[in-house]
Amino acid sequence: MLSYSFDFSFLMTTWPAFMRGAWQTILLAGSSIAIGFIVALVCAIIRSGKNKFASGLVGAYVEVIRNTPLLVQIFIVYFGLPSLGLKLSAETAAVIALVINTGAYGSEIIRAGIESIAKGQLEAAECLGLNKFQVYWHIILIPAVERVYPALSSQFVLLMLSSSITSQISAQELTAEANLIQSETFRSFEVYLIVAAIYLALSVLFRVVLWAIGEVAFVRRRKLRT
Amino acid sequence: MSVNEAAGTRPRNEAVPGAEPIIVVDNVSKNFGPLQVLHGVSLEIQRGTMVAIVGRSGSGKSTLLRCINALEEINGGSIKVCGHPVSMSDRASVKRLRSEVGMVFQSYNLFPHLTVLRNITLALTAVQKKSRADADAIAHKVLGLVGLGDKAEAFPEQLSGGQAQRVAIARSLALSPKVLLFDEVTSALDPELTGEVLKVMEDLARDGMTMVLVTHEMAFARRVADIVVFMHQGKVWEAGPPAEIFADPKTPELRQFLSSGL
Ligand SMILES: Nc1ncnc2c1ncn2[C@@H]1O[C@H](COP(=O)(O)OP(=O)(O)O)[C@@H](O)[C@H]1O
Ligand SMILES: [Mg+2]
Repeated sequence: MLSYSFDFSFLMTTWPAFMRGAWQTILLAGSSIAIGFIVALVCAIIRSGKNKFASGLVGAYVEVIRNTPLLVQIFIVYFGLPSLGLKLSAETAAVIALVINTGAYGSEIIRAGIESIAKGQLEAAECLGLNKFQVYWHIILIPAVERVYPALSSQFVLLMLSSSITSQISAQELTAEANLIQSETFRSFEVYLIVAAIYLALSVLFRVVLWAIGEVAFVRRRKLRT
Repeated sequence: MSVNEAAGTRPRNEAVPGAEPIIVVDNVSKNFGPLQVLHGVSLEIQRGTMVAIVGRSGSGKSTLLRCINALEEINGGSIKVCGHPVSMSDRASVKRLRSEVGMVFQSYNLFPHLTVLRNITLALTAVQKKSRADADAIAHKVLGLVGLGDKAEAFPEQLSGGQAQRVAIARSLALSPKVLLFDEVTSALDPELTGEVLKVMEDLARDGMTMVLVTHEMAFARRVADIVVFMHQGKVWEAGPPAEIFADPKTPELRQFLSSGL
């Protein structure tokens, strides 16, 4: 039974395809993270804001996204929007779906950060003469994001891994490339082992990049490292 | 900058006759829902004096300070600071008030994500629109005044409570306020740390800063304050120079407070 013999010789010819897939995943996940972060930020601001109606709307969006499968969300964007007359490439549909998904999860994380800011902080800032916008920016938003940045980073790495599911609509990314290679070489086990290894490397890469961004953006992180 | 070079205890600042008080609280009442917290409080504070407000917990001391600083809307009466009426609903007046009045809280409220230096320069650059260089210079100067010249690059969590509170005082001081309000600024500190904060406040008093402080430090109030105000049940129950208030309380409530509070 255990007589399976590994054969990685196909790598000689398919390595460039794996690398292309990895690069496509980086682009797909990277752009989804960047746009998703902005969506999450805006949603968190609205959700924790005074406008009951807008806040409720965002709340409904968050709940719908968190309680439906990502794959179904992707199908709805990819197959659903064209019937409304919006023609999308698989990659665009993938980015939109991933942004919608991570915007919901990310907004809950950022909202927790916003709500963790003590009222005394706001009063102190007010007493120093900062106006509403300045208080919001300097005393709420920046420290809130700083506080939840580790959780946010994990969410973004998860998003990168989840992007593999967009292979279901044949978006060009690592898993889709792997499916293709697998169908040509019939070495499924080897192919997916390699894919797993590449995803692992991508996770490390994303973590390192996100960490570096945090180091630059949040002075305290850099200075208080023990 | 020192107005008063006298060694030892500071001579009591005397009100200039006929001079407009810097703060006028006139018959102010305040309630939180059904709970009336201030019952017709009237108080005048002269320029360059230190007024210590004492009284039991819940007697409305903090609320009074917060009303003076437009952090609470009053329900009756009026408050004037530097000749201007205080009104929370009038943006321009609140903005002017913020430039005239500084406030220091029991819980320091330093911004944890900013260095000591940036805690102080934030309002200088964002509100007063000073250049970074000017703001830094002012910050270093006020840090020197509170004896923390070497802590500019520290973060709040690296400071002791006493140091954090001195930074908070420096942060208010940097904006050159005309009045400083202190709400139990030493109450969260270990006894061995209160001295360093009180020392800073005494230095400020000596330099002629107008200060209103809510405090439980009776010895300090007695020695440094020009006027002591005893609040009880949301009213100014008794007020006067510390010598009179402490040596010769007129009301049984104050007498009882003094004998229990010390
Ligand atoms: N925001 C608030 N909402 C409701 N009640 C309050 C609020 N702030 C203070 N109080 C009440 O007002 C009374 C006076 O409080 P405070 O001014 O803090 O007293 P002190 O500072 O003298 O201890 C207390 O009974 C307190 O519970
Ligand atoms: Mg109080």
